[in-house]
Amino acid sequence: MIQAIAFYLFAATAVVFALLVVAARNPIYSALSLIGCLFAIAGIFALNSAHLVAILQILVYAGAIMVLILFVIMLLNLSPEELGKPVFNTRKVLAVFLLAAGGALLIGRLGTKVWGSLPAADDRFGSIEGVGMVLFTQYLLPFEMVSLLLLAAIIGAALLSRRERGDRS
Amino acid sequence: MTHESLVLSIILFAIGVIGFLVRRNAIVVLMSVELMLNACNLAFVAVSRQLMDMTGHIYAFMVMTVAAAEAAVALAIVVLIFRTRGAVNLDQINIMKG
Repeated sequence: MIQAIAFYLFAATAVVFALLVVAARNPIYSALSLIGCLFAIAGIFALNSAHLVAILQILVYAGAIMVLILFVIMLLNLSPEELGKPVFNTRKVLAVFLLAAGGALLIGRLGTKVWGSLPAADDRFGSIEGVGMVLFTQYLLPFEMVSLLLLAAIIGAALLSRRERGDRS
Repeated sequence: MTHESLVLSIILFAIGVIGFLVRRNAIVVLMSVELMLNACNLAFVAVSRQLMDMTGHIYAFMVMTVAAAEAAVALAIVVLIFRTRGAVNLDQINIMKG
C-alpha cells in the first residue's frame, strides 16, 4: 500500500518535471527540472528493487551529467534575444497531438493482465553484490567495451574543444 | 507495479520525443534525448524486476555510460558551434544543408 502511494507520488513528480523540461523557455529551468525528474525516476528504480541503479542514477546522471549540462548553459549565457520567441506552427501542434495519440495507443495495447503477480525479491536482487556478479562474469566483454567507448568520448571531446594554435577568439 | 512502470516509461518517452521534435534550442534537445534514455532505463528495470533477472540492470548501466559519452561529445560540439557561429538555435545551424 505504502509502496503504491510512493510510486504514484514519484510518477507524478517525474511527469510534471518532464513536462517542465520540454516547456520551460530558459534552458536553466529545463536543466533543473530534468534533475528533479531524474531524482523521481531514481525513486522508482529503488521501488523496483534496483538499488544500485538508483544510487548510480543520482551519482552519475544528476551528479555528473547534469552538472556538465548546467555548466555549458551558464558558459554560453544566452540572452533572451538569443533564446528567441516561442514559435507555434501547425507542424508542431500536429507533432504533439500525433505523439500523444501514439503514446495513448501504446498504453492501451500494453494490457494489464500479461505480467501476473510480482515475484518476491531476495536480498541479492539489485544489490552491489548481485549486479556485480552478473556484470563481471556474464557481461565482462561489454563492460570492457564500454571503457573503450568512454575513452573515445574523452578523446573526441578534448579534440573538439581544443583551440588551434594562434586562435585568439 | 510492472505495468504502471511501463506506462510511466511510455509517457516519459513521448514527452522526450515531443521535446526533441518541438524545441529548437540544441541543449534542450539534448536534454530531451536524456529523458528518452531514462524512460528506456525505467522499462528495463521494471521488466528486470518482474522476471527477477538482473540483465536489465546491466543494460541500464550501459545506457547510462552511453548517455554520459553522448553528453560530453554533444556539449563539446554545441560549444564549438556557438563559438564559431554564435547560435545554439537549430534553425540557424543549417551550414550542412545542401
